[in-house]
Amino acid sequence: MGLLSPADQDKLRVSFNEMTSNVRVLFFTQALGCETCAHTRQILDELPALSDKIAIEEVNFVLEKEKAATYGIDRVPALALLADGVNGDARDSRIRFLGAPSGYEFISLVQALLLVGGRSSSLTDANRQKLATVDKPMTVQVFTTPT
Amino acid sequence: MAFSNANITAYAVEATEFPDLARRYRVTGVPKTVVDETVEILGGLPQDLFVAQALAGRDGSVGPIGP
Repeated sequence: MGLLSPADQDKLRVSFNEMTSNVRVLFFTQALGCETCAHTRQILDELPALSDKIAIEEVNFVLEKEKAATYGIDRVPALALLADGVNGDARDSRIRFLGAPSGYEFISLVQALLLVGGRSSSLTDANRQKLATVDKPMTVQVFTTPT
Repeated sequence: MAFSNANITAYAVEATEFPDLARRYRVTGVPKTVVDETVEILGGLPQDLFVAQALAGRDGSVGPIGP
Protein backbone atom coordinates (compact mmCIF):
# COMPACT_ATOMS: atom_id res chain seq x y z
CA MET A 1 0.00 0.00 0.00
CA GLY A 2 1.48 3.28 -1.08
CA LEU A 3 1.70 6.46 0.97
CA LEU A 4 -0.10 8.56 -1.63
CA SER A 5 -3.78 8.25 -2.45
CA PRO A 6 -4.64 7.43 -6.09
CA ALA A 7 -6.02 10.98 -6.46
CA ASP A 8 -2.77 12.53 -5.20
CA GLN A 9 -0.78 10.25 -7.48
CA ASP A 10 -2.80 11.48 -10.45
CA LYS A 11 -2.24 15.14 -9.50
CA LEU A 12 1.49 14.57 -9.15
CA ARG A 13 1.65 12.76 -12.51
CA VAL A 14 0.09 15.82 -14.14
CA SER A 15 2.53 18.17 -12.36
CA PHE A 16 5.57 16.06 -13.21
CA ASN A 17 4.49 16.08 -16.85
CA GLU A 18 5.81 19.66 -16.91
CA MET A 19 9.33 18.34 -16.44
CA THR A 20 11.50 18.64 -19.50
CA SER A 21 14.72 17.20 -18.14
CA ASN A 22 15.67 14.31 -15.91
CA VAL A 23 16.31 14.71 -12.22
CA ARG A 24 18.38 12.39 -10.11
CA VAL A 25 17.81 12.34 -6.39
CA LEU A 26 20.85 11.23 -4.42
CA PHE A 27 19.49 9.60 -1.29
CA PHE A 28 22.09 9.42 1.48
CA THR A 29 21.09 6.75 3.94
CA GLN A 30 22.36 4.16 6.38
CA ALA A 31 20.87 0.92 7.64
CA LEU A 32 21.50 1.34 11.35
CA GLY A 33 21.04 4.26 13.69
CA CYS A 34 18.79 6.26 11.42
CA GLU A 35 15.22 6.48 12.60
CA THR A 36 13.71 8.04 9.50
CA CYS A 37 15.82 6.58 6.69
CA ALA A 38 13.35 3.74 6.03
CA HIS A 39 10.43 6.16 5.95
CA THR A 40 12.34 8.40 3.55
CA ARG A 41 12.97 5.38 1.33
CA GLN A 42 9.21 4.69 1.29
CA ILE A 43 8.44 8.27 0.27
CA LEU A 44 11.08 8.31 -2.46
CA ASP A 45 9.92 4.94 -3.80
CA GLU A 46 6.65 6.59 -4.79
CA LEU A 47 8.29 9.06 -7.16
CA PRO A 48 9.79 7.12 -10.09
CA ALA A 49 6.38 5.49 -10.66
CA LEU A 50 4.91 8.95 -11.21
CA SER A 51 7.44 10.21 -13.71
CA ASP A 52 10.06 8.58 -15.92
CA LYS A 53 12.10 11.76 -15.46
CA ILE A 54 12.79 11.08 -11.79
CA ALA A 55 15.43 8.60 -10.68
CA ILE A 56 16.53 7.76 -7.15
CA GLU A 57 20.14 6.81 -6.46
CA GLU A 58 20.87 5.43 -3.05
CA VAL A 59 24.18 6.40 -1.48
CA ASN A 60 25.46 4.52 1.54
CA PHE A 61 26.41 7.23 4.00
CA VAL A 62 28.70 4.91 5.96
CA LEU A 63 30.62 3.48 3.01
CA GLU A 64 30.61 6.49 0.69
CA LYS A 65 31.86 9.25 2.97
CA GLU A 66 33.68 10.93 0.13
CA LYS A 67 30.53 11.33 -1.91
CA ALA A 68 28.69 12.67 1.12
CA ALA A 69 31.44 15.23 1.65
CA THR A 70 31.32 16.24 -1.99
CA TYR A 71 27.67 17.15 -1.58
CA GLY A 72 28.06 18.71 1.87
CA ILE A 73 26.03 16.00 3.59
CA ASP A 74 26.97 15.33 7.23
CA ARG A 75 23.83 13.54 8.44
CA VAL A 76 21.09 11.25 7.20
CA PRO A 77 18.55 10.92 5.77
CA ALA A 78 19.57 13.54 3.22
CA LEU A 79 18.74 14.28 -0.38
CA ALA A 80 20.71 16.12 -3.05
CA LEU A 81 18.95 16.95 -6.31
CA LEU A 82 20.89 16.73 -9.56
CA ALA A 83 19.84 17.82 -13.02
CA ASP A 84 20.71 14.89 -15.22
CA GLY A 85 22.29 15.75 -18.53
CA VAL A 86 21.83 13.77 -21.72
CA ASN A 87 25.34 12.35 -21.69
CA GLY A 88 25.14 10.91 -18.22
CA ASP A 89 26.69 14.02 -16.68
CA ALA A 90 24.82 15.63 -13.84
CA ARG A 91 24.61 19.22 -12.71
CA ASP A 92 24.29 19.74 -8.97
CA SER A 93 21.27 21.92 -8.19
CA ARG A 94 22.73 22.58 -4.74
CA ILE A 95 19.28 21.95 -3.31
CA ARG A 96 19.39 19.62 -0.29
CA PHE A 97 16.89 18.12 2.08
CA LEU A 98 17.90 16.99 5.54
CA GLY A 99 15.41 14.72 7.27
CA ALA A 100 12.45 12.78 5.93
CA PRO A 101 10.53 14.79 3.30
CA SER A 102 7.09 14.11 4.75
CA GLY A 103 4.16 16.45 5.34
CA TYR A 104 4.80 19.94 4.02
CA GLU A 105 8.35 18.99 3.22
CA PHE A 106 7.02 16.61 0.60
CA ILE A 107 5.39 19.57 -1.15
CA SER A 108 8.72 21.40 -1.03
CA LEU A 109 10.41 18.36 -2.52
CA VAL A 110 7.86 18.24 -5.36
CA GLN A 111 8.45 21.94 -6.06
CA ALA A 112 12.20 21.39 -6.07
CA LEU A 113 11.88 18.44 -8.45
CA LEU A 114 9.81 20.56 -10.84
CA LEU A 115 12.34 23.40 -10.72
CA VAL A 116 15.35 21.18 -11.32
CA GLY A 117 13.30 19.35 -13.95
CA GLY A 118 13.00 22.46 -16.04
CA ARG A 119 10.10 24.51 -14.76
CA SER A 120 10.87 28.22 -14.83
CA SER A 121 11.87 29.73 -11.51
CA SER A 122 9.43 31.92 -9.61
CA LEU A 123 12.21 34.45 -8.94
CA THR A 124 11.57 37.87 -10.43
CA ASP A 125 14.20 39.25 -12.81
CA ALA A 126 15.15 41.90 -10.25
CA ASN A 127 15.77 39.29 -7.54
CA ARG A 128 17.61 37.05 -9.95
CA GLN A 129 19.96 39.95 -10.70
CA LYS A 130 20.51 40.61 -7.01
CA LEU A 131 21.28 36.95 -6.39
CA ALA A 132 23.67 36.92 -9.34
CA THR A 133 25.92 39.30 -7.37
CA VAL A 134 26.68 36.58 -4.82
CA ASP A 135 30.27 35.75 -5.75
CA LYS A 136 31.28 33.76 -2.68
CA PRO A 137 29.80 30.56 -1.27
CA MET A 138 26.55 31.20 0.58
CA THR A 139 24.59 28.66 2.59
CA VAL A 140 20.88 29.05 3.17
CA GLN A 141 19.25 26.76 5.72
CA VAL A 142 15.47 26.72 6.01
CA PHE A 143 14.23 25.01 9.15
CA THR A 144 10.79 23.45 8.97
CA THR A 145 8.66 20.85 10.69
CA PRO A 146 6.45 18.27 8.95
CA THR A 147 3.19 19.86 10.11
CA MET B 1 17.96 30.76 -5.13
CA ALA B 2 20.47 27.93 -5.12
CA PHE B 3 19.41 26.94 -8.60
CA SER B 4 19.97 30.49 -9.85
CA ASN B 5 23.56 30.88 -8.64
CA ALA B 6 26.25 28.23 -8.36
CA ASN B 7 27.63 29.90 -5.23
CA ILE B 8 24.44 29.34 -3.26
CA THR B 9 23.55 26.07 -1.54
CA ALA B 10 20.14 25.61 0.04
CA TYR B 11 19.22 23.12 2.74
CA ALA B 12 15.68 22.32 3.84
CA VAL B 13 16.20 21.03 7.35
CA GLU B 14 13.64 19.04 9.29
CA ALA B 15 14.07 20.69 12.69
CA THR B 16 12.52 17.99 14.89
CA GLU B 17 14.79 15.31 13.43
CA PHE B 18 17.95 17.30 14.08
CA PRO B 19 17.61 18.95 17.49
CA ASP B 20 21.34 19.70 17.52
CA LEU B 21 20.93 22.00 14.52
CA ALA B 22 17.70 23.45 15.88
CA ARG B 23 19.55 24.27 19.12
CA ARG B 24 22.64 25.63 17.40
CA TYR B 25 20.55 28.05 15.34
CA ARG B 26 18.01 28.66 18.11
CA VAL B 27 15.02 27.53 16.11
CA THR B 28 11.97 28.21 18.27
CA GLY B 29 9.49 28.55 15.42
CA VAL B 30 9.28 27.55 11.78
CA PRO B 31 9.94 28.43 9.12
CA LYS B 32 13.23 29.92 10.18
CA THR B 33 15.95 30.65 7.67
CA VAL B 34 19.61 31.02 8.52
CA VAL B 35 21.94 32.45 5.90
CA ASP B 36 25.56 31.53 6.47
CA GLU B 37 25.99 32.14 10.19
CA THR B 38 24.99 35.77 10.03
CA VAL B 39 21.37 36.35 9.02
CA GLU B 40 18.17 35.01 10.57
CA ILE B 41 14.83 35.31 8.83
CA LEU B 42 11.76 34.41 10.85
CA GLY B 43 8.58 33.25 9.18
CA GLY B 44 7.67 33.39 5.54
CA LEU B 45 8.30 36.66 3.72
CA PRO B 46 7.36 38.01 0.31
CA GLN B 47 10.08 37.20 -2.22
CA ASP B 48 11.52 40.75 -2.50
CA LEU B 49 11.94 41.05 1.27
CA PHE B 50 13.30 37.54 1.63
CA VAL B 51 15.99 38.06 -1.01
CA ALA B 52 16.89 41.47 0.42
CA GLN B 53 17.25 40.07 3.94
CA ALA B 54 19.09 36.98 2.78
CA LEU B 55 21.66 39.21 1.07
CA ALA B 56 21.83 41.75 3.91
CA GLY B 57 24.77 40.03 5.56
CA ARG B 58 26.87 39.99 2.40
CA ASP B 59 28.03 43.61 2.71
CA GLY B 60 29.03 43.22 6.34
CA SER B 61 26.20 45.43 7.61
CA VAL B 62 24.83 42.66 9.78
CA GLY B 63 26.97 41.15 12.51
CA PRO B 64 27.09 37.50 13.56
CA ILE B 65 24.07 36.07 15.33
CA GLY B 66 24.03 36.61 19.07
CA PRO B 67 26.55 35.30 21.60
